[in-house]
Amino acid sequence: MRVDPGTGPERSTGQLPQGTAVQANVASRQRRGKVWQTLMLISTIIGIVVLIMLGFNIVNDAFGGIAVQEVVEVETLTGGPQLDELGQAELIAILEANLRSRVLRNLEKEQPLTERSEEDLRELILAEIVKPEVVDIYPLSEFLFNRAAIKAELAERFPRAELQFKSWLNWNFIVSPMSSDPLQAGIRTAILGTLWLLFLTMLIAFPLGVGAAIYLEEYKGDKPFDERNPVGRAVNQFIQRAAGLIETNIYNLSGVPSIIYGILGLAIFVRALEAITSGSIFAGGDTTANGRTIISAALTMALLILPVVIISSQEAIRAVPGSLRQASYGLGATKWQTVWNVVLPNALPGILTGTILAISRAIGETAPLIVIGASTFIVTDPENIFSKFTVLPIQIYNWTARPQEAFRAIAAAAIIVLLIILVTLNAAAITLRNYLRAKRVS
Amino acid sequence: MSIQENKYAIEARNMDIYYGAFRAVKGVSFGIEKNKITALIGPSGCGKSTVLRSFNRMNDLIPGARTDGEVLYHGKNLYDHDVDPVQVRRSIGMVFQKPNPFPKSIYDNIAYGPRINGWKGTKAEMDELVERSLRGAALWDEVKDDLKKSGLAISGGQQQRLCIARALAVEPDIILMDEPCSALDPISTLKIEELMFELRPRYTIIIVTHNMQQAARASDYTAFFLMDKEDRAGELIEYDNTEKIFQNPSDERTEQYISGRFG
Repeated sequence: MRVDPGTGPERSTGQLPQGTAVQANVASRQRRGKVWQTLMLISTIIGIVVLIMLGFNIVNDAFGGIAVQEVVEVETLTGGPQLDELGQAELIAILEANLRSRVLRNLEKEQPLTERSEEDLRELILAEIVKPEVVDIYPLSEFLFNRAAIKAELAERFPRAELQFKSWLNWNFIVSPMSSDPLQAGIRTAILGTLWLLFLTMLIAFPLGVGAAIYLEEYKGDKPFDERNPVGRAVNQFIQRAAGLIETNIYNLSGVPSIIYGILGLAIFVRALEAITSGSIFAGGDTTANGRTIISAALTMALLILPVVIISSQEAIRAVPGSLRQASYGLGATKWQTVWNVVLPNALPGILTGTILAISRAIGETAPLIVIGASTFIVTDPENIFSKFTVLPIQIYNWTARPQEAFRAIAAAAIIVLLIILVTLNAAAITLRNYLRAKRVS
Repeated sequence: MSIQENKYAIEARNMDIYYGAFRAVKGVSFGIEKNKITALIGPSGCGKSTVLRSFNRMNDLIPGARTDGEVLYHGKNLYDHDVDPVQVRRSIGMVFQKPNPFPKSIYDNIAYGPRINGWKGTKAEMDELVERSLRGAALWDEVKDDLKKSGLAISGGQQQRLCIARALAVEPDIILMDEPCSALDPISTLKIEELMFELRPRYTIIIVTHNMQQAARASDYTAFFLMDKEDRAGELIEYDNTEKIFQNPSDERTEQYISGRFG
């Protein structure tokens, strides 16, 4: 539609488009907007496609098919029926007929066969005689869409093998400790290590970070010592300079590569403070870890996320309206009362969100933990802050570096677990923030 | 002059106020009479808010702010080294330009002041204090059933009266009001003015206002401030009965401002 701009001779200076030129000009400006809009749509789509590819890649590896071959097939053993259709006497008969006498004697010594439950006996038969073995594994896409070819190939190489669906991500995988056999391996030690590290890092970084942010935002200009005394004046000046230095460099610190923090942690927490971080000065500590313990890792991680925690806390504190502070001061509150009763409660949603996001970045970190010597293979659960430990990203890194295909499958399953933990944390951050905000306003 | 010296609640003597190197206010001397309403008027930038805030040392919160001269309160200079501004603010309360209730319940807004000032009473006594303060600010009847409601969930005029009630709860002598009605509609403004008259017998009120009708109808004394064009420092031009200031000012500049010729 054409709108008459209604030009008057006295208003027309010739520099602005007039008449039909207005329409053309508007159309061209709108076109330019459309081009930008399209470009941004494309970048969004690229992002989504990459995300889908990532998801597909992980799921493709974490689920799929396995070809299982048994040394002796169950049907051959029993002459037809499945194991769970048999009673105790028949199961014992099978064991006695197929095992060597020495093996049988050992089993009897542990617990007489006749005293064992049927379930126990069936497991014995599977483990000692049937011995199912995974001879090959296939990713999900092949298993679903290329099954005929797989079967043909299997029939040639392993005529007795059976093709089954396998979810590498299963309960057993989550609760089993680490193992050198990918079929037995689980991520229990890694999950526990990650949770320990997460909790401790939070415990260290939160109070330090929030404390520093409060000081920088609320107290930086203060002169804590008596200005009339020359020593007091020098100390005041030093404190102010130090605070200024920290403040200007905090953004730089948050950009330092994480491996640098790892090297720092190795030098300070693992080596210099070994007596403390290995727990050897506290009675009963596990001293075999040489300082390569959860507490060293948590201190290093706390250093790593401290700048981010400080920056986000500072921003949250700055966002508290000055009018609220004034209201509090106006009633005769001291500075600390104002900070504690007014500033902190109002900044808390922002501080918590920032801290949880920083933590969720930290749980994905691998490099600094490798540097400070986190274990790559460990089967015992971490018991206290002086235990040796491993975490999910290190476990994943370790597994993807191995040649066997099955390790890649369980690495993908571990990635899913890590992502679930991350998403849970972030969801918790958002829920908490919304809850606290709602509580403030209602 | 009819302002009586022995009745001063607070008195400024030769007060200069600096923001860093800039002198914002120069040579202000005047006494505020007890149980009266004193209005500070003048064009923007004349230093009237700065003077008001110097009465309870709120300027101390601004980095670089400094006050020379004396502010006498009960015979004591508030700017002496041994005076803690925290103590000053308990006795000289403040209501701000924009209503600024805490994001807490109405009850907790009132209770905040007593609590931080070392309240030792029982819950029942606190309930009573909250009611007394809200009644004092003419808000009780409107909110008595919603004391648990957030202080932000009531109207702007009610919020400002909540802020006055909050100031009353710590039992001050003097209440400073910094343009308390500039964010309010005419009806809420009228309510605040009525409230000021109700508070007058028990409190000394100093109010900064941009609204000259407000100064004329709601104050006993008026102080007119103006910025010196040469050094841009605010100074006190005239201070007298409100009636005299608005009907027969002694200074020509007051006359010009009152009649709307500048400002």
